[in-house]
Amino acid sequence: MSHDIAKGGAVSAAPSAPADRSYRALVQRRLIWLGGGLVIFLSLAIVDIVTGPSMLGLAEVVNALFAPSGASSMTRVIVHDIRLPITCMAILVGMALGMGGVHMQTILGNPLASPYTLGFSAAAGFGAAIVILTGIALPVVPWLTIPLSAFAMCLIAGGIVYFFARMQGMSPEVMVLAGIATLFMFQAAQSLVQYIAAPEVLQAIVFWLFGSLLRASWSNVPIVAAVVALATLAVLPNLWQLTALRLGDGRAAAIGVNVRSLRIRIFAVVAMLTTGAVAFVGTIGFVGLVAPHIARMAVGEDQRLLLPMAALTGANIMLSASVLSKIISPGAVIPIGIVTAVIGVPFLFFLIMRGQRRNW
Amino acid sequence: MTLRIDALGVCYGASPIIRHFSDTWRGGELTALIGCNGAGKSTLLKALAGLLPASGGVSLDGAGLRADERGARIAYMPQETGATSSLTVLEVVLLGRLRSLGMRVPAGLIAEAVGALDAFGLAALQTRRIDEISGGQRQLVFLTQAVFRAPRVLLLDEPTAALDLRHQLLVLESLRNLAASTGTIIAMALHDLNLAAQFADRLVALHDGALRAAGRAEEVLTGPNLMDIYGIEADVVRVAGARLQVMPLRAAERVAAPS
Repeated sequence: MSHDIAKGGAVSAAPSAPADRSYRALVQRRLIWLGGGLVIFLSLAIVDIVTGPSMLGLAEVVNALFAPSGASSMTRVIVHDIRLPITCMAILVGMALGMGGVHMQTILGNPLASPYTLGFSAAAGFGAAIVILTGIALPVVPWLTIPLSAFAMCLIAGGIVYFFARMQGMSPEVMVLAGIATLFMFQAAQSLVQYIAAPEVLQAIVFWLFGSLLRASWSNVPIVAAVVALATLAVLPNLWQLTALRLGDGRAAAIGVNVRSLRIRIFAVVAMLTTGAVAFVGTIGFVGLVAPHIARMAVGEDQRLLLPMAALTGANIMLSASVLSKIISPGAVIPIGIVTAVIGVPFLFFLIMRGQRRNW
Repeated sequence: MTLRIDALGVCYGASPIIRHFSDTWRGGELTALIGCNGAGKSTLLKALAGLLPASGGVSLDGAGLRADERGARIAYMPQETGATSSLTVLEVVLLGRLRSLGMRVPAGLIAEAVGALDAFGLAALQTRRIDEISGGQRQLVFLTQAVFRAPRVLLLDEPTAALDLRHQLLVLESLRNLAASTGTIIAMALHDLNLAAQFADRLVALHDGALRAAGRAEEVLTGPNLMDIYGIEADVVRVAGARLQVMPLRAAERVAAPS
C-alpha cells in the first residue's frame, strides 16, 4: 500500500500515468479483437454468398451483387433471392443467439445458460409441429403460419417462466428451474405430436426441428432484422448495469442497480431475440452457448464490447456453419442445426477441458 | 451533516431482526457497529442503504430519504469478498460511478479511478481480473469502489475482515482521515473491539437487533456491557497512554438471554 492512504488521500490522489496507460492498452487490445471479429465476419459473409450447389464463380457472384444488370437472370435469382437472404438470415440469427446467450449468462449468473435454457426452443418446436400436423394455414400469409405458431408458443413459454419467477422475486435459480420445467413440458407435447403424426408429417416435423437457413427469404429476413435491431436498442441504456450484474446481485444492488427490474427487462429482450431467431429457421443449437464464451475470452466482460463481440461471434459461427453445410455434401445443403451441433460440441468439450471457470 | 435513524425495524418473515433502532450519526465521525454474530449489524447497514424493506425513517440533514433515494447519497460495501467475474480491477472501481458511465467513459473519470486505486496502493492491479487477486486485495478494491462513489454516507460491512494487520491499520486510518477531511458520515460493522476502540469516534453496540449501548469507547466497552452484549468476562485496560484495550478472559457459562 502506498503512503497516500496514510495521509488520507483516498480519492483525489494524482493518477499514475503508466498505470492509466496500461488500462488503455488493454482496451485497445480488446478493440483489435473486435476489429478482427469484424474482418472475419466480412470475409465469411463473402465466402457464404459465393458458396453454393450451383457452383457459380466468384466473378459471377460479385457481378450479380454489384452490377446485376450485367448478370444472367438465373445468376441474379440465385444470388439475390436465394443466397443473399440465407447469408443475411445466418448473420441475424447468429447475432440474436450470440446476444441472447450473453444476456442469459449474465442475468442467470450461469456459464451454461443459453437462450434455450428457458424452454424457448422446445416451445417453438411444438408450435411448428402442431401446425405441420394439423395443416392449418393462415388465409393471406400461409408462409407465416409456422413462424407465428412457433412465436406464439415461445411467448407462452416466456409467460410461464415469468409467472413463476416473478412470484419468487425473479431469482436466477427459480428462472432456471421454471425454464427447465417449461422445456420438459413442451418437449413432452412435441413428442406426443410426433408420436401421433403420420410418417411423412413426422419427417417434415423433424426437418423443421433440425433448423435450416433454406427457409430464409426476403419476406422474413426484414422481420428478424427488426427484432434484432429492437432488442439491441432496448439494452443500450443498460450496458453498464449488465456489467455490474456480473459482480453478483448484492454488489450490483449496492452500487445502484435495480436488479429485479433489470432482470425482467433483459428476460423480455432474450424472449424477443430467441423467438425471432427460431421462429423462421427452427432450432439451431450451441451458438447461444458457445459464442458468449468466445467473445468473453477476447474482450472481457465490459458489455459495451462483449455484446457486439458476441453478436459478431454468433454471426461468424452461423456463417461458418452455413458454408460447411453447403460444401460437406456437394450439390446438397445439410440442415445448419446439425452443423452447428457438430462444431459446438467439440468446443464445449474444449471449454470443459480449460476448466477453472477461466473465462467466466 | 447528520444521518438520523428513527425507529428502524426490519423483519425476515415474522422474525424481527432490527427492533426500533434509533440513533444519529454525524459527518466527520467514524462510527463502529459492534455486537455478536447475528446481532443485526449487517442487516442494519443494508436497510440503511435501502437494500432491505424496513419500517421507520431515515433522514439526511433533516430531509427524509426514501429507500429508492438512498443509493445516490449512501454507498454500501457488502461483507463478502468472493467474486466469479472476470472484470478488471479498474472496471470494478469505475462501476462505483455507475450513473456517470455511458458508451464513452471520460478520460478524466478513468484517471480519477486510477488515482483512487493508487491511493490504496492498487494501481498496479488495475488490469488484473478481480477473480484472480487475493481476498484481501479484493476487499481493498471494493472499498476503493465505495470510496470512489464520493458518497455523503459510507456504510461498510466488515471492511477489514480479509486484511492483514498492516492493511487493517492503514485502511482504518484512511477512513478516519476521509471522514475528517470530507465530513463524510462513515459507519462500519467491526468485530475487532480493539480496532474499534482505536479508530472509531463512536461505538454503537447492537444486541438481538436492538441498540444496547452507544457512545465513546470508554462508555461502551465496559465489563458489564461486554458481558451483556457478548456474554464474556473481559478486562478493559488503558494502554499507550489513553487507548482502551479489551482483553477477553472467558466466555460466560450462559450467554445473556435476548431481551
